[in-house]
Amino acid sequence: MSLDRTKPLLLPLALMLALELWARLTQLQSDSLAPPSAIFAALAAALADLSIPIATRDTLFATFAGLAIGSAIGLALGIALGVSRPLDRLMEVTVEAIRPIPSIALLPIALIALGFGYRMEIVIVAFACVWPMLIMTRSAVRSIEPRLMEVSRALRLSAPQRIAKVVIPAALPRIFVAFRLSAGIALIVAVTVEIAINPIGLGAGIMLAQQALRADLMLAYLVWIGAIGYALNMLLIVAQRRLFGRAALAGDHP
Amino acid sequence: MKRAAILWRVASVLVAAGFIAAWQLIANLKLVSPVFLPGPDRAWAALVRGFSSGDLAGKLIGTLEHMAYGWFAASIAGIGLGALIGSSKMMRAYVAPSLEFLRPLPVSAIIPVAIAMLGLTQGMALFVIAFGAIWPIMLATIHGFAAVEPRLYEVARSLQMSRAAIIAKIALPSALPDILAGMRLSLTVALILSVVCEILAGLDGLGHWVLLSARAFRSADLFAGVILLGATGYVTSIAMSLLEQRLLAWQAAAR
Repeated sequence: MSLDRTKPLLLPLALMLALELWARLTQLQSDSLAPPSAIFAALAAALADLSIPIATRDTLFATFAGLAIGSAIGLALGIALGVSRPLDRLMEVTVEAIRPIPSIALLPIALIALGFGYRMEIVIVAFACVWPMLIMTRSAVRSIEPRLMEVSRALRLSAPQRIAKVVIPAALPRIFVAFRLSAGIALIVAVTVEIAINPIGLGAGIMLAQQALRADLMLAYLVWIGAIGYALNMLLIVAQRRLFGRAALAGDHP
Repeated sequence: MKRAAILWRVASVLVAAGFIAAWQLIANLKLVSPVFLPGPDRAWAALVRGFSSGDLAGKLIGTLEHMAYGWFAASIAGIGLGALIGSSKMMRAYVAPSLEFLRPLPVSAIIPVAIAMLGLTQGMALFVIAFGAIWPIMLATIHGFAAVEPRLYEVARSLQMSRAAIIAKIALPSALPDILAGMRLSLTVALILSVVCEILAGLDGLGHWVLLSARAFRSADLFAGVILLGATGYVTSIAMSLLEQRLLAWQAAAR
């Protein structure tokens, strides 16, 4: 049992040890690599002088603001298109025409319209989050047990009541899965926008460290960004298990 | 039934045309400053102008090249590594958890590292695109290999097939749907990373084109570039689904 637990850790530990030894033995002087000890020292220093915490706050603020706006829009559209088959058919071409635009392509448009800063980043993150939310909510709503809809009709619920009392609760586990995927996308898009152009947050921090030829700090940022991504994903998986139990797993591989 | 489907399609196109008309109206009435929002007429004119002068076609080909090279490299390496890891229990136990840990990493964070190692070059773009696109393919391949019906392996053992033969004749075909789904995902990743690399490194491509247009406030050219990027995403994903149908036809028939 204890061996099974340690197995996954062996490879990363061995790699780090090898890198450390190699860097020590060759007296490594590099703009792109640094021994793990130096990386963790740089990480600790950047955490202590608050540069990484502040950058994390900026990135996460843009991520969550964009996620909230984008998934709200995606949820509303997804429910509308899922409930009403005619509306879905009418919007099909429009949705299929806009959806494949890579979110990052909107970057220059957002840049000239909104300038640098949070607003531009939030708009792009929101755009990226709308689509997975829309597509998965639509299919979740459409796959609701038809008898539930019959019951709601027999009870003469009005359309808003039907959506609030039947549609959303029944589709919620799969909607949460969509939300989890969107959250991952939101973080990726936020960091990408910062790396490409926006001078705030973790993405800008890692670019700055690269331009300053601080390989240790750059890799410290990389490790930190990876940890944030992992933590966000884990948090949402735990929340999903807590809230919905096995019900949510059904929708994980649509 | 068929007739109704066509009618709905026509109606749907009309709705989309209505949105474009509304866009034109907004632009004509100057509700949004024309500096940011050109009308569809100006965007279309820029598209035609760009293609007739050959500029835009060159940029489009540049982006497609980055995307295709990176994606092919990622597909080959991803399927190869995925097969290697997925077909061995030991490798799965030791390596797969590390890969799962790396999966939620925003891949664009590797760009600065790649720039530090390779400079602002085509090689850097290729490395970043391949690195980003490899994950969905490799993880899907590992998953597909792990999910192969165990009785098929038993059959292979009783036929005394070699490991290479098991991979080629049993595991790969039965993991094919997973692998193709992974390849479709990484197509999108490859397009996005191509654009980002072009923006950062000034490589010849649509990403560079839209950034330059934005800097010069040539909004019509900018929209032309964005429309082309959308079309690229659309056409490649349709091509991928055709390929999927083609390659998986035998499976649908077997069911």
